[in-house]
Amino acid sequence: MRVQRWTRTSKLFTGATLAIAVLLATVPLVFESDVVQKLTNLLILVLLAAMWNALAGYGGLLSVGQQAFIGIGAYGTVFFAGLGVSPYLAMVLATLVAGAISVPISFLALRLRAAQFAIGMWVIAEVISILVRLDQNLGAGTGISLIQLNQYAPNFRQAYTFWLALGFTVIFLSALFFLLRSPLGVSLQAIRDDEDAARSLGVRVAARKRLLFVLAGFGCGAAGVLIGANTLFIEPGSIFSVQWSAYMIFMVLVGGLGTFEGPILGAILLFWIRTTFTQGGPWYLVGLGATAALFALALPRGIWGTIEERLGLRLLPVGYRVVEVTGEKRSA
Amino acid sequence: MTLLRVEELDCRYGLLQAVRGVSFEVSPGETVALIGANGAGKSTLLRAVAGAHKPHGGRVMFDGADVTSMPAHRRVSLGIALVPEGRRLFPSLTVEENLRVAAARRGRWNVQSVLEVFPLLQPRRHMPAASLSGGEQQAVAIGRALMSNPRLLLLDEVSLGLAPIVVDAVYRSLAGIISEGTTVVLVEQDLTRALEVAGRVICMLEGRIVLEGEAASLDRDRVIGAYFGLKRPA
Amino acid sequence: MTVVNAVLQGIFLGAFYAVLACGLSIMFGVMRVINLAHGDVAVLGAYVVFVIVQGTGMSPFVAFVVALPVMILLGYLLQLTILERSLKSGILTPLLATFGLSIVIQNLLLITFSPDVRSLGENAGAVTTSSWQVTSGLSVSTLGVVILVVAVIVFGALQLFLSRTRAGWMMRATAEDSDAAELVGIDSRGVYARATALAVAVAALGGLFLAIRSVFDPVSGPTQLIFAFEAVVIGGMGSLWGTLLGGLALGLAQTLGAHINPEYSALTGHLLFLAVLIVRYGGGRVSFGTAR
Repeated sequence: MRVQRWTRTSKLFTGATLAIAVLLATVPLVFESDVVQKLTNLLILVLLAAMWNALAGYGGLLSVGQQAFIGIGAYGTVFFAGLGVSPYLAMVLATLVAGAISVPISFLALRLRAAQFAIGMWVIAEVISILVRLDQNLGAGTGISLIQLNQYAPNFRQAYTFWLALGFTVIFLSALFFLLRSPLGVSLQAIRDDEDAARSLGVRVAARKRLLFVLAGFGCGAAGVLIGANTLFIEPGSIFSVQWSAYMIFMVLVGGLGTFEGPILGAILLFWIRTTFTQGGPWYLVGLGATAALFALALPRGIWGTIEERLGLRLLPVGYRVVEVTGEKRSA
Repeated sequence: MTLLRVEELDCRYGLLQAVRGVSFEVSPGETVALIGANGAGKSTLLRAVAGAHKPHGGRVMFDGADVTSMPAHRRVSLGIALVPEGRRLFPSLTVEENLRVAAARRGRWNVQSVLEVFPLLQPRRHMPAASLSGGEQQAVAIGRALMSNPRLLLLDEVSLGLAPIVVDAVYRSLAGIISEGTTVVLVEQDLTRALEVAGRVICMLEGRIVLEGEAASLDRDRVIGAYFGLKRPA
Repeated sequence: MTVVNAVLQGIFLGAFYAVLACGLSIMFGVMRVINLAHGDVAVLGAYVVFVIVQGTGMSPFVAFVVALPVMILLGYLLQLTILERSLKSGILTPLLATFGLSIVIQNLLLITFSPDVRSLGENAGAVTTSSWQVTSGLSVSTLGVVILVVAVIVFGALQLFLSRTRAGWMMRATAEDSDAAELVGIDSRGVYARATALAVAVAALGGLFLAIRSVFDPVSGPTQLIFAFEAVVIGGMGSLWGTLLGGLALGLAQTLGAHINPEYSALTGHLLFLAVLIVRYGGGRVSFGTAR
């Protein structure tokens, strides 16, 4: 009996993933500005999906309030840029602030379970949204532009933003990847499967959940930063909107809750839907909501989860496989 | 003519098999004791008969009809009633409300007659069930099952957690119920009591029936051997 | 506006929130489910009344009586299709499924009715605008009193239903131990369906009051949900009278906040909610809606 981490498929695929990341870096050099902007949006979606999955899929924490950190990221950028900090540095700072703020929030939020946690996070997002709205310096209710970015020519700005997005996505996905491969990752699985049993075995449940929560805070903050940079104008109504949670839920549920590859698939799917059905308006949202509900009820493992289960396939090696070595006899 | 027939019943909890290929019959008016160590599958078997557990395989036939997929609440209207392990009264409801919330069938049992059989409950009639002692709660639990005037009464470990003197009282009341002709299958950890009250005994071990026979004619040592799964020399 | 006036307004607002929260509390109490589409159901109720009023010219109160059976039927459908399935799967499933439903309802309303903000205040007639001048600084709005009286009646009737009727006992029994309830002949499926129908009916009443005292549009649902949930939590989850008190507390917090600064109204409510969460559920191990 051998415990295996890397299979031939997963070695191939991990190599391919790294190659894709390098390839993506050349995108701004090859494509037009609006294509680059669209792809930046795709990366943002991937980041959001991965982070929501980190919370819900690996931590069992269903948050309907991650838009809090998205907004902090976006408004944080505006704030630092307004202080005279160079825009892209402001973006990094804003991401750090979003992550930092998630720590004290975690001490309140993580005491709650299930519905209280879900709606509690939503209320926290609303509170932050209201506080921002009250601040005239941040544009109050009408919104504010990231005018400092005008110092760059549009295609340079688009390229820098894309590279920042790629960088963030690679960093956060890698962080999650290594987290899951570590002993921490196994304990996270245990927490997800049966929290009380895990706790009784000595797993420090609270600390693990906090780690995921803070990671998601950083990640969603980064996404918010990118959204602001990509659209140049932010207003509290949309950046703090629960719509972001709706997108995250859709991507992760449909892609595959609790799998590493699932959220990426879900993000690609949502991206495709959004670009194809731009005229759809409310109809496509009806479709999104209905699909999310259907998956929750009928296909809880999502597309990728179901494929993984049926084919025993794992493209990225975040788990273990037990392999029988030929010649070994199984004991009774 | 059998009242209850269980055929090759297979009950699982996920991957754990609790009842394996169990078959037995109960005739009207019989009192059958289901004995066995903890984890033998006795409770699961009773729950499957009552409809609270969906079997993985096999059949439950009641009065000739296949009730295997019938939900529990409908089996009550057919005449099967289970007094669950741990009593499971509704804590905020009063004694009387606990009795009256149960689905009633026509017959000799109603709130009044139940309170007559368990006179200790009379003064507690309007008190919330959570405030009762263990013995009183057991009385209410049995009474609640009786409200449906069952043809088959299933009792799961009525002596659990009660002082012997209280258990004596409970069994005295049970004797009265049994003498009126109700068919009873009861799970009982206490071997002596089981052999005293039952006409027939079924012993289970690890999900299977390992011994079955008339209580009077069974050798006590043989029962103990089957209970613990001790291998006897041939 | 004086503080006394603010307190009075707070009570009236609170009574409205209590009605809104009542259905959410019922569903949580009986099924341990938080219906994230609850606010949207209330708004849907408002639109159904709106359609009847537009078509027939009746008073919204009369139209509500006509709308009620429609909403009750929708409640049964909701339970039998979505909620029943989601109850079997896990804690997160009902939240995810009802969240999806919420989006579906909002956008179907958007498609059917356009994003225009509407109100039924005018159609309700004198009730909406009349008030009773008690003193020079204090005026009591008729509508506020109506909603308060209705709220007390609704909660009282529900309490009587749960404590005095067999159907009410059955609902409590199923809430306390659905497994044991099945074993004594109670059809838990039926009980859940009735609870949902009841919750939807009261939610629709909340929608009616929203439409009359204020304005509504297809996306008003989430806001109502948050306030309803806050009222339930502040008053204590699982307690019916608690929800009434919680609603009143929330209404008071909001109007007193608005008294300090009009922009603070929702904020003070949120802060009260978060404070209650910390104090009451801050234990960490205390969990609601897990084991059933």
